[in-house]
Amino acid sequence: MAAPETPQPTTLRHAFGNVLSLFVLLLIGVLAFSIRLFSFLTKNGVYDFWNWFDDRTWYPLGRVIGGTVYPGLTLTAGALWRIFNSLNIPLSVETVCVFTAPIFSAFASWATYLLTKEVKGAGAGLTAAALLAMTLNTGSLFYATLNAIAYFYMVCSWGGYTFIINLIPMHVLLCIVTGRYSSRLYIAYAPLVVLGTLLAALVPVVGFNAVMTSEHFASFLVFIILHVVALVYYIKGILTPQMFKVAVTLVVSVGLIVCGAVLAVLVALVASSPTKGWSGRSLSLLDPTYASKYIPIIASVSEHQPPTWPSYFMDINVLAFLVPSGIIACFLPLSDASSFAVLYIVTSVYFSGVMVRLMLVLAPAACIMSGIALSEAFDVFTRSIKFQLHGATQNPEANAGEGSNVDVVKTEKSEDSPKERASRKSKKKEKENVERASLVSRIEKRLLVLPMEASLIAIFLLVLLGAFYVVHCVWAAAEAYSAPSIVLTSRSHDGLHVFDDFREAYGWLRHNTEVDDKVASWWDYGYQTTAMANRTVIVDNNTWNNTHIATVGTAMSSPEKAAWDIFNSLDVKYVLVVFGGLVGYPSDDINKFLWMVRIGGGVFPHIKEPDYLRDGQYRIDSQATPTMLNCLMYKLSYYRFVDTDGRGYDRVRNTEIGKKYFKLTHFEEVFTTHHWMVRIYKLKAPRNRIRGKTKKSKSKGSSTTSSKRSGARKKNPWH
Amino acid sequence: MAALILSFLVFSISLLVKTSLSSPSDLQILHAERQLQKFVECVLMGSIILQQVENIGDTPTSEVLLAFPPAQFDHLALVKAAVTVGKKRKKSYVPLEVNPSEQPEAPNGTKFYAISLLNPLAKGESTTLEILYILSHSLEPFPVEISQSESQFVYYHDSAVVLSPYHIKQQATLFKTPSNKVESFTQVEPTYLNGAELKYGPYEDHRPYSYYPIIIHFENNHPFAVVEELEREIEVSHWGSVQVTEHYKLAHAGAKHKGVFSRVEYQSRPGASGVSSFKHLLAMLPPRVHSVYYRDDIGNISSSHLRTSSKKSELLIEPRYPLFGGWKASFLIGYGVPLQDFLFESAVGERYLNFSFGCPIADTVVDKLTVKVVLPEGSKDPSVKVAFAVEQSLEKKYSYLDVIGRTVVVLEKKNVVPDHNIPFQVHYKFNQIFMLAEPLMLVSAFFLFFITFVAYLHIDLSLRK
Repeated sequence: MAAPETPQPTTLRHAFGNVLSLFVLLLIGVLAFSIRLFSFLTKNGVYDFWNWFDDRTWYPLGRVIGGTVYPGLTLTAGALWRIFNSLNIPLSVETVCVFTAPIFSAFASWATYLLTKEVKGAGAGLTAAALLAMTLNTGSLFYATLNAIAYFYMVCSWGGYTFIINLIPMHVLLCIVTGRYSSRLYIAYAPLVVLGTLLAALVPVVGFNAVMTSEHFASFLVFIILHVVALVYYIKGILTPQMFKVAVTLVVSVGLIVCGAVLAVLVALVASSPTKGWSGRSLSLLDPTYASKYIPIIASVSEHQPPTWPSYFMDINVLAFLVPSGIIACFLPLSDASSFAVLYIVTSVYFSGVMVRLMLVLAPAACIMSGIALSEAFDVFTRSIKFQLHGATQNPEANAGEGSNVDVVKTEKSEDSPKERASRKSKKKEKENVERASLVSRIEKRLLVLPMEASLIAIFLLVLLGAFYVVHCVWAAAEAYSAPSIVLTSRSHDGLHVFDDFREAYGWLRHNTEVDDKVASWWDYGYQTTAMANRTVIVDNNTWNNTHIATVGTAMSSPEKAAWDIFNSLDVKYVLVVFGGLVGYPSDDINKFLWMVRIGGGVFPHIKEPDYLRDGQYRIDSQATPTMLNCLMYKLSYYRFVDTDGRGYDRVRNTEIGKKYFKLTHFEEVFTTHHWMVRIYKLKAPRNRIRGKTKKSKSKGSSTTSSKRSGARKKNPWH
Repeated sequence: MAALILSFLVFSISLLVKTSLSSPSDLQILHAERQLQKFVECVLMGSIILQQVENIGDTPTSEVLLAFPPAQFDHLALVKAAVTVGKKRKKSYVPLEVNPSEQPEAPNGTKFYAISLLNPLAKGESTTLEILYILSHSLEPFPVEISQSESQFVYYHDSAVVLSPYHIKQQATLFKTPSNKVESFTQVEPTYLNGAELKYGPYEDHRPYSYYPIIIHFENNHPFAVVEELEREIEVSHWGSVQVTEHYKLAHAGAKHKGVFSRVEYQSRPGASGVSSFKHLLAMLPPRVHSVYYRDDIGNISSSHLRTSSKKSELLIEPRYPLFGGWKASFLIGYGVPLQDFLFESAVGERYLNFSFGCPIADTVVDKLTVKVVLPEGSKDPSVKVAFAVEQSLEKKYSYLDVIGRTVVVLEKKNVVPDHNIPFQVHYKFNQIFMLAEPLMLVSAFFLFFITFVAYLHIDLSLRK
């Protein structure tokens, strides 16, 4: 019995290491924004928070924060901050925000542990899952309520709650279909749907979406089915078999008609909405090619790209190999809880395959599975060692006279060679053996026993594996997830070189521009600009308004004058571009530029992607199209770049730029950071109308661009 | 209360007597020599040597008045005076007390400092005084805005003669500009310009309150690093460390940068482009400094270097971006120093903290300096000894696990120059037993926590047995 206890700490640690890293991943992205939210929260209190209309972003539209944000984490951090400060522990806002992550990962690993325990025995959603599992086994209404509350918290924190609300009905359905319906299932599920939906509707950002969108539809459908099944079971209980048969035919015929009618109405309703009631993000989950076809803005986010194999290995490491064996272990005695785990892993593997971001969902599932696998493996090895030791101590007695014991030893030895082979083959075999063993008797148990040396070595190897995994997790958490993407470092022969250009630029904006100035940039830098530079932005990472983003994209892909018109109509004072060509920073605006073109062109059709491509190739060298070489993004990125090395060699694209010497007429460079990674331009004030001069400047431009320019001006959305 | 009023009365009477005694016209000055030169970046240092200040009145006088025009008076950061004792070789200086003084009948709002002499000057006696004063913010950039490639020029307004309530028989003023480029200067004959030295005078027999306004326009590419606001928080912990946190609001107070900032020019031609800008500052920290950090609102600033030796520590800090005229930056420097270097016990049994007052960054002026000394929780009767006038007040601060709060001594001073970087003392009483309060609190809290759990696990609260 001592054996099963050993794997648990390892499971816990694994879960911890991994969930920690993934939580940090989630939080870093939102941190900049959260801190701002949170400082508002601490200053103004909860009620103002709900009604906060943020006019620093999405200028001139603004953003209703209370209605568009998942407030869970912010409120938690706010509560923590309150508690600490009332105890005279003056922690800063940032400190609390940063430490919320480890606290949550600790909770997450605890929840994973509970869930694993239930199965064999993610984030807040994990708690919900764990509690669900607990409810299934205990059938207590108390846990069901807790579960609903945990679900509520999940809804508060993250849009990924839809995963849970679809996963749970799937599991319930699976249980019903496989004939595992019980009153406990009913108690576990029904309160969750009722309470959970009510609570979710309380969160402003979800609101009536909780009952109106198709994402939540599955849960209601299953809810109905569950009730029907429950009714059927009930009726079956009180009626005689004959009566029951009659009732069934009656109910089924009537029921089919009613269901058909309801279904038709629903289908008609759903089909009447253009996206069939599904939000774009969810659609891109179901159909991985959906986003790139229809919504460039969703596809443009790197988090929404399908992950590569290395990223799987990076994130879950050895777990990737342990998961399959864990799944098999789950199937051996398939219980309600373990079927849930299997369903969980299967769906999360699918979803993580669609979007990198959803690796977050996979992590806990992978942890659970590999935890189970490891636990099983340890179980086998430690039991065989125990048996061997036991056998060894008994051997003298056996020699003293008892034949049966000698027989035991003999059979054991005779079984040794095939067992060794089995152990060499794979773990799966062992698992099966374990199961067979637990099923029947002590003779079969004896079949399981591995030789002492083999099991010792195997345990040693497993521990080593675990140790390496812990090392990897710590490394990943420290290097990959905690290293802020805003400060870049490179190691050279003379030590560490720091590229702190982003903060340099934001710091400059913060101190040297007027408080009311508006800064336009691609939306990736929106949150950072509001948080670090404290200036109003046009678009930011909360990409709720595609048209507005498309406007900025259009401006960036237009020639200077048209861009100036758009920006000026938006009251923009400064334009910020990120340029990596000097130091070789690949995720700069030129590399993102095609997305701007696509998103802009999606709304304003005069921006056409082929105009920026030469024979379908995106290039900025001398072969590039004139539209490309004259667009604002090109000009702002490469303005006076040729003066640095004399030939304008772009270290990211590994080519010389196409247009080297040009002047800016409507923008002026006001700041460029040390490594040129961020360049800030100011919109020049409109020139006084002197007839001769304006004519001259017009005639300077080449004929093709001027014709395009006039065309662009006509279609400029802001006039 | 009565005693207070009485003493006030006595004080005012004595003041009256004093002012009546030293009627300004009773003195005359044989020879005055004034010299003005750069002190640090945007600060001028003036020195006046008044030779043979002679009492020509009947009554002995113990006060000599120094006059300043009101505009200059506001920028005066420091005025020091000394009397010279002995002849040439054996000359030595004895510092004298200088205080602002009010003279209601002075023309044009002239402001005064009164130098108190060691011995009253009897009739016919004479003495020689040396005065040193520091003027901050007295250089006015003109043109007000310059582009990246231009140099910075400044105006300096003053008078060709020393403003004085006394008759000065002979005087001269020497003005040293930081570079040879003097664009223009007001001529008050005789005036000579020799390289970087501009000499006004000698002038003979000027009546009291003579004033000849002059403007000197010259090149000054020294960056005007001005700390607009500095808050130093010095937190004393009897567990062995003094923690200092300094919040800076830095600005380049020179000619404002205009138009384009071109990085390529700034990097490729450092001598010709942005000559009046600066990109690093040097902070002189105490020796044995530890855990130094340099950050701002958005996190650590990675560009800083610390050199430590047994005598001093030098912290070279680079703001996030080079500062051009009118640009601003704010940041935070923090460090810890060992307690025994700064905390001492006086003979009375009191403790006192001995710490330097001014800004540790070299060559800067601080417009508004606030020094907050956070004494440990439970300390009593704080009193401050500073060598110059500061505003004092007391505050309470609640830090980690404080119950009654810590006493904070707040000292405020405007217009602080490096000369104010001298130690000040805060005396207070502290009982060592208070050091144990917080650890005991924590221990008991955890103890109670565990005890509650142990109790909970051992008590059976169910109704049925």
